[in-house]
Amino acid sequence: MSENLVSGKTSLKGPKTSAKKQKGENKAKESSKGKRTQLGKKDKIDLSMASIGHPEIFPLVFTTKTQEIFNCRVDEDVTEENCFKLIKKEDIIQDLKTRATISDFHPIKKVVLEYPGEELLVVFDAKFQYGQNFYFVASEEAKENLLKPPETAEEKEEEKEEENREETLEVHPYKPPVHKPWVSLGSEKEVEEESVKDTITKIKYMISRVRRKFGAPITFTDKNASHVKDSYVECTSYQDKTYSIKMLEKNVGIQMVPKLREASTQTKWTYPKNAATQYFPRQLSSEEKEESLSSEKLKEFLTSVHLRMEIALQQNEIMNAFFDDWKALAEDESSSGGKPDVYLKAYQSFTDLRHLKDRTISWVCWHPTIYGIIAVSAGERLSYEEQVNLSDKSLLQQSVILFWSFFDPIHPQLMLECPEDIYCFQFSPSDPNIIAGGCINGQVILWDISQHEEKLQNAKTVADGIEITAVNMDNRMGATFENRAETCVQLVTCSPDGSVLFWDIPATKLPEQPSSEKVKEEETFYVPPDVPDTSKHPDVCWKPLIKINLRESDTNIEYGPIRISLKELHYHSKPSEKVQSLNALEVPAKESPYTEMSIPSSKNLKVLENISTDFFVGTEDGEIVYSDWEMEIHSDSAKPVSQKHAQKYIIHTETINTLQRSPFFKDIILSVGGRNFAIWREGVTNGPILQSSCSAGRYTAGQWSLTRPGVFFIGRDDGNIDIWDILKKTHEPSHLQNISKSTITFISPWTASPNQHFLAVSDDLGVLHVWEICQPLSHPSSNEDANVLDYFEREVKYLKYCEQEFQEYQELQAKTELKWSWRHRGRKQV
Amino acid sequence: GIPIRTTLDNSTTVQYAGLLQQLTMKARSTVRDIDPQNDLTFLRIRSKKHEIMVAPDKEYLLIVIQNPCE
Repeated sequence: MSENLVSGKTSLKGPKTSAKKQKGENKAKESSKGKRTQLGKKDKIDLSMASIGHPEIFPLVFTTKTQEIFNCRVDEDVTEENCFKLIKKEDIIQDLKTRATISDFHPIKKVVLEYPGEELLVVFDAKFQYGQNFYFVASEEAKENLLKPPETAEEKEEEKEEENREETLEVHPYKPPVHKPWVSLGSEKEVEEESVKDTITKIKYMISRVRRKFGAPITFTDKNASHVKDSYVECTSYQDKTYSIKMLEKNVGIQMVPKLREASTQTKWTYPKNAATQYFPRQLSSEEKEESLSSEKLKEFLTSVHLRMEIALQQNEIMNAFFDDWKALAEDESSSGGKPDVYLKAYQSFTDLRHLKDRTISWVCWHPTIYGIIAVSAGERLSYEEQVNLSDKSLLQQSVILFWSFFDPIHPQLMLECPEDIYCFQFSPSDPNIIAGGCINGQVILWDISQHEEKLQNAKTVADGIEITAVNMDNRMGATFENRAETCVQLVTCSPDGSVLFWDIPATKLPEQPSSEKVKEEETFYVPPDVPDTSKHPDVCWKPLIKINLRESDTNIEYGPIRISLKELHYHSKPSEKVQSLNALEVPAKESPYTEMSIPSSKNLKVLENISTDFFVGTEDGEIVYSDWEMEIHSDSAKPVSQKHAQKYIIHTETINTLQRSPFFKDIILSVGGRNFAIWREGVTNGPILQSSCSAGRYTAGQWSLTRPGVFFIGRDDGNIDIWDILKKTHEPSHLQNISKSTITFISPWTASPNQHFLAVSDDLGVLHVWEICQPLSHPSSNEDANVLDYFEREVKYLKYCEQEFQEYQELQAKTELKWSWRHRGRKQV
Repeated sequence: GIPIRTTLDNSTTVQYAGLLQQLTMKARSTVRDIDPQNDLTFLRIRSKKHEIMVAPDKEYLLIVIQNPCE
């Protein structure tokens, strides 16, 4: 039954069921318990409205079927006003029988059966007062009340209404609460539920003890429970392996917090910026400069400062602090290293078939400025006797000076024609376009090749050059030597006729047409007649400035100088002074019968004192004469005495073919002649510093090396060149090299560039060989200068020593002779 | 520095004057930094090619350029 009731048809408390139509009406009592269902209660379920104080009212749901049966259809038989319906009990019972459980009265079946009366009141509850649309009144009294009170209620209501209408302002009278019978609304159940009741009857034990046993003295003792076995039961904890909780999933909360870190940077903003400043230096105006120059302060400053400056300058003068000893040491090492095999490397050789056939080269000269140009003078290969009889010989070929260029070994660049064979020639040091040459017949010739200079420089082949000659002297020219005088305007020639001539080269350029002149000269030993060629040329007088006749002071024998060497004189005076001549002698040399002087305009002349006027002369006979050419007036005879203190040395046996000053030392002279050579020092009058022993062959040419102070080259008649290095060996040449087959006629070294050193060697066959000097031979060692100088000094000392010895020896000799004679006398006497 | 009197050409003089003035100032300040009682009396610069000698003063500067090879 409870389950049926649980189906929730009724609920008193709480929300009403939303069913609009309450279906059916049950006779069975419906106990409205609300939500609370009975728990385990088997008691009759009270459907009545006891819970709300109306135990006789049973709300019912009448289905339409039931309504039709009992004629209490809603809104037809039973309305709101007329809500009472009396139904006979028998009908209900019958309905119950027929419809059994589906009858609406089923829930209140018992109530109906117990109903005393005949007619049951069913009330249509339109307002759902009691939860359902109908309710059944179970008791007669209630029925009566309902039927009647509504009347009374109606009446009362009507009365009230009337009263109300009548007494609207009347205060409601206070009605004390009227006791009403307890209407159970179903809360008894809950109360019962909450109440505690014994479910099981309690077991009662009664324990009794004899009274006298109470209160007996008792003694308690302590006992440790662990000592006694089984005194206690322990329930230890153990790990139950069967029971384990595996953490399969774990919820873990994670919070991500970034690490806070403070960092800071400070940057400097550098950006490229174009900035330019243009400035010019401050300068004082000239007045300001004047002012400051003359100020006192400046003077004081200068006085105070100049002392310090002088000290510093002096220190610099005393010692060269820049000298690198280490470097100098290294150079010495390298020079004493291994000897190369070849000192001279063949570079080029020149020969010309046309002009140089059967001819010999008498002189070689390098062009001072243009690289690679050599000039050679060709001459007849004549023997000594033939040269004497030169006048009879007609020249088969035109004598020429050929210019060779390195770049064209076959064709000569330029050819200078000359009336006679040139014996020697030289380029003017200051103007390389002027060449002075001396002929065999005694003429001095000047060429001006300025118009061909360009051709020479371009080294094109020139068919031939034409030349201009200026004819002058009637001597057979020995050597020409150009003197420097700031601009080179002087020429010195010497000739075997015993004269040394100074010529003045015209300062202005020669005109296109040469000027030449015949000069009358007295006949000397070797004077050949003038060559008629000279008559072609106009008569322009070119006379030597000074003429010096070399005569031996005592014997009045003339010298035949063939080579001359003058001291090179350097002037530091500015050209503005225009020193045109070496010196102008105060003594008018006109007086001398041997001199023909044409003194240039005197205003240009200045007397330069302190000039060395000494010179060396090598003669045909092999003598070396050292004298000076300064004319002095002999105090007694008022005649100029040409030379004094002439010194003569006979060392060489044959003609001296070379007399040359060392390019490094101004007072060292090399002389080569015959079978030996000698080195002289100016001022050392005893003899040569070095004299070679007689060699097998003849020495035919000699030259100092231009780059090394202690090296010179000697050419021989067998075509060999001896290279002598004084520092290495003095008794024999340090190196021999064969150049050609025939006699070497001339050697000329040349430094074309710091790395290129050439040696031009000419031979008797007319071939010019140009050799390159290898580095060891061309590069001086660091102290070579000083070493060579040292060597010479030593030699000089040695000479002096020797002389001393000799003198002492002589004295000794004299003494011993005296003694001897004494003794002799003594003997005689006795 | 402003050149007053010179034996060289203008541009070189100006250059030398300017540069050496600065160098002298620097040298003097160096000397005085080391010892405040001290002062620069003479400055010599030796190079491969020349030697430059500078004599400083309060207002003036004397510069000599010398070729050291003897």
